Amino acid sequence: PDHLRFIRSYVSLQNARCYSVKHLSVQERIEKKRKAALTGGGQLRIAAQHKRGKLTARERLELLLDPDSFVECDMFVEHRCSDFGMEADHNKYPGDSVVTGQGRINGRLVYVFSQDFTVFGGSLSGAHAQKVCKIMDQAMMVGAPVIGLNDSGGARIQEGVESLAGYADIFLRNVMASGVVPQISLIMGPCAGGAVYSPALTDFTFMVKDTSYLFITGPDVVKSVTNEDVTQEELGGAKTHTTVSGVAHRAFENDVDALLNLRDFFNFLPLSNKDPAPVTECHDPRDRPVPGLDTIVPFESTKAYDMLDIVHGIVDEREFFEIMPNYAKNIVVGFARMNGRTVGIVGNQPKVASGCLDINSSVKGARFVRFCDAFNIPIITFVDVPGFLPGTAQEYGGIIRHGAKLLYAFAEATIPKITVITRKAYGGAYDVMSSKHLRGDVNYAWPSAEVAVMGAKGAVQIIFRGKENQAEAEAEYVEKFANPFPAAVRGFVDDIIQPSTTRKRICRDLEVLASKKQTNPWKKHANIPL
Amino acid sequence: MAAYRSAAGFQRVLHAVKHVCFSKQRCGVIICRYSTVYDPNEKTFDKILIANRGEIACRVIKTCKKMGIKTVAVHSDVDSSAVHVKVADEAVCVGPAPTSKSYLNMDAIMNAIKQTGAQAVHPGYGFLSENKEFAKRLAAEGVTFIGPDTHAIQAMGDKIESKLIAKAAKVNTIPGFDGVVKDAKEAVKIAGEIGYPVMIKASAGGGGKGMRIAWNDEETSDMGFFLSGHISDICANGFCWCLQVLADKHGNALWLNERECSIQRRNQKVVEEAPSTFLDPDTRRAMGEQAVSLANAVKYSSAGTVEFLVDSKKNFYFLEMNTRLQVEHPITECITGLDLVQQMIRIAKGYKLQHKQSDIPINGWAVESRVYAEDPYKSFGLPSIGRLSQYQEPLDLPNVRVDSGIQEGSDISIYYDPMISKLVTYGKTREEALKKMEDALDNYVIRGVTHNIPLLREIIVHPRFVSGVISTKFLPEVYPDGFKGHMLTAGERRELLATAAALYVAVEIDGEKVEVSGEWNLASALLPITINGKHRTLQVCKHACFKLRVLSKLAASLSKHMPEKVPEDTSSILRSPMPGSVVAVSVKPGDNVAEGQEICVIEAMKMQNSMTAAKTAKVKSVHCKAGDTVGEGDLLVELE
Repeated sequence: PDHLRFIRSYVSLQNARCYSVKHLSVQERIEKKRKAALTGGGQLRIAAQHKRGKLTARERLELLLDPDSFVECDMFVEHRCSDFGMEADHNKYPGDSVVTGQGRINGRLVYVFSQDFTVFGGSLSGAHAQKVCKIMDQAMMVGAPVIGLNDSGGARIQEGVESLAGYADIFLRNVMASGVVPQISLIMGPCAGGAVYSPALTDFTFMVKDTSYLFITGPDVVKSVTNEDVTQEELGGAKTHTTVSGVAHRAFENDVDALLNLRDFFNFLPLSNKDPAPVTECHDPRDRPVPGLDTIVPFESTKAYDMLDIVHGIVDEREFFEIMPNYAKNIVVGFARMNGRTVGIVGNQPKVASGCLDINSSVKGARFVRFCDAFNIPIITFVDVPGFLPGTAQEYGGIIRHGAKLLYAFAEATIPKITVITRKAYGGAYDVMSSKHLRGDVNYAWPSAEVAVMGAKGAVQIIFRGKENQAEAEAEYVEKFANPFPAAVRGFVDDIIQPSTTRKRICRDLEVLASKKQTNPWKKHANIPL
Repeated sequence: MAAYRSAAGFQRVLHAVKHVCFSKQRCGVIICRYSTVYDPNEKTFDKILIANRGEIACRVIKTCKKMGIKTVAVHSDVDSSAVHVKVADEAVCVGPAPTSKSYLNMDAIMNAIKQTGAQAVHPGYGFLSENKEFAKRLAAEGVTFIGPDTHAIQAMGDKIESKLIAKAAKVNTIPGFDGVVKDAKEAVKIAGEIGYPVMIKASAGGGGKGMRIAWNDEETSDMGFFLSGHISDICANGFCWCLQVLADKHGNALWLNERECSIQRRNQKVVEEAPSTFLDPDTRRAMGEQAVSLANAVKYSSAGTVEFLVDSKKNFYFLEMNTRLQVEHPITECITGLDLVQQMIRIAKGYKLQHKQSDIPINGWAVESRVYAEDPYKSFGLPSIGRLSQYQEPLDLPNVRVDSGIQEGSDISIYYDPMISKLVTYGKTREEALKKMEDALDNYVIRGVTHNIPLLREIIVHPRFVSGVISTKFLPEVYPDGFKGHMLTAGERRELLATAAALYVAVEIDGEKVEVSGEWNLASALLPITINGKHRTLQVCKHACFKLRVLSKLAASLSKHMPEKVPEDTSSILRSPMPGSVVAVSVKPGDNVAEGQEICVIEAMKMQNSMTAAKTAKVKSVHCKAGDTVGEGDLLVELE
């Protein structure tokens, strides 16, 4: 009851403010507005936000950025809507439904916007969009990443087309900034309708479990159009988007967890496409042998192992920030460091679907490779791929067009590319996976590598069709092709290395390749098979 | 390019393993410097085949190398890059992974012997070590079996016959029923006559396997179905001591003191020590002499172990004789200075014992912890499997011996015993040995599989264990509700918090400053630190005992708004607690089950686990059938 009384008295105080404002001096009005901006939609709505397990827009920024580093912009901006009684003083909130500005994460510059659900449900007004566009323009000019914290009910319906224009203005900037500065979206509440396309255009979309949703249309509309019964969580919750749709790149437990993880993630990224990937102090010896790798690949080539064991063993301090860990698990992508330097890791995962390439894994890999290439992050590729997944589902789904994306991405990339073939590199998938032929800078094979057009059984059935002793033929094929030599004698791999020395070799290569310069022919833009 | 350290990122989640003081004086005694002389002029075998795997194969190979004997390892196909294969001079694959097709495959092993020309075979323990058929086949081929002859193996291998021989040799035996039980009904009847609790043992079972204790008729009849064994009165709160004996082919026999093996879970030993705190010299001598007279009675040659159960009044009773080198032999080696494997090889070659009874000392104290890949929080240890992604033995500490057969990158598979290693520490006194064990456990780095170090560490510092009041019921008595992990004291909690926080910034807890210093390195698995002047060793890893989150003040205060996630209601879901195979499923959808009723049986690493219903309900769906292989956490049965 005490608590409520406090809120009641506060509310009446707020109402009082609106009427008395014009009698105050400018100085006092500035103070008042600032104070009002800081409380957003007021204590009642803040309490409601907290009750939902969500932090306020400002709390989120405080947590995301280094202490006292946030510099706010447009605190006095108000919406310009004059319909439906929106022009009334009590319907105007200084700053409107978004907090924008810049700050630092571990001392490195970042532009941020944080939608304020306590003000008109975080809905997007013309003013809201204009604030977001302003910081995006500056971020591109300065060369610093943009992080958006999304928590918005959608368009400001009262504003009509102005709100839609606002979305488009943001989309345009998302596209213009793409490949110039890293853009990250963290969905921390609802994000529905047209609003979803801004996160979709950014480089990375993260979600908060249980409290965030992304969908084009909500469950009610779905029910009326397709007669499907589906909950918000099933339709567009974190689980759906990180496991089924592949829209989101990762999900975190709650607001605090998500923001702190985002800080960690930020450390991997360069500030812009002109900035080299950051280097951290490294305690992990660059020439550390990894004895466990000598035995990781099982003897039977049909037996699985965990590619993550290789990745963890090789990278600095076993720290690997995996992107899309629960989607298309037959390919592993993510960020790590080698001797303190950020690298992108791509690896086939033999543990899932034998590590084959299919539609989803190709698209997942391709997008990641293109991000790394755009932002000067070297790529290390671990290959154990039996080929592309066969079947009508894949062919009808367009595996040809989607598989081409990964091929395209590796081929056009001009950043340092190091490839390690750990076991199988069969067929077209061998070509795709950052092969020497696609301008791989350093390509290694482990002694367990098998570079061939296909596995022994299939090959023998074709080469020795009708021959009686298939087993003998198979043995001959294995002897000839199921080893790294056919590739090594042709120079398609640069060396056959002891697995335990892989870290040392890669660290040394990265140092050499740091000054790599390679350009593609001039073009307006390339035409990746979308 | 600015170099920076993400020190202000408060996110790294620290999980710390229990910490401990470093002992400051590092004495220079090298553990287990065998006093035995390896005489290079004494003629011995040229080549020995070791019909075993893992640590014991490595252990035997080590001594062979010292004696200048060439070694042959045998291995299954999954073991082809195992350590014992690498350290041996030659290796022969004897079959696929299942032991029945490889390490127990006598034909393949006989072939390997022929192929390599090995003159003798050391069987290690387990597998073919107490198999008289194997010993016979070797004898027929003129190959020496490094162990006792078939007669002794047979006589001691039969629980009933061995007891009769022991009785005749005037060895104290336990009152009870010496015979084969026909069925469950008879078992209950006999058990009733003896009085509960009773122990039921498979007549030809080795070690603790196949040994069960029943406390009432119901349990007895349950077991009766799959065990037809013999029942004897168990000393409910007894001790288990093993007397090491050594006998040659010339009628000489010695006893090499006892090993205290009372700390057990499911009748399998976990922590052993030598000598025992409880035994006085007179009892020791009496036991030793009875052990020797038993050895003489069966014309025993080689190393063997006589197991005694001892009641609280120091009455001891013969339990069984193990006609092989025992797992825990290193502690006897530590206190006597004898290399038992060397002695076995010499005896097998026909030499007389070099020592007299009066030559056998008790030097200091030795403790052995069996480090297993198992989850100690489930029935004191259910097997776990996995790949050792990181592995570092604490060998840089003095007076530590680690007998292991694995290395970083090795797989702990479902096919074999989940033992990772035997960690042995040695000191002038028991206190010193235990202190070293504490250090050694703290400095042991094992990642990738769940292991029992948290439990081992709790045992060796437990006041009851330290005081020496040990019994076979130690674990269930000390942890009646199962092992829950170390309970941090307020002081320890503060230290842990301080260390975690100090990895980022300076520390103040509840307004009090805590000094944390040390040369830590985020890339290393061990974290040696000094906290308020005390030395501690911590390990930072995922899946450790204590979960710590380091948050800034702000993040901590905002965390109060975060919703609490409700964990899945598990009472209606039955998941496999470990990887293994389904032996039997006793329900089908629609059945009504009562709380505690058996639903299915999972077997892993030769151990059967009965899975029971957590509540009374109707069975909704069954997701497994007999013969299935299941992983840890796999859904077995759903209740409504």
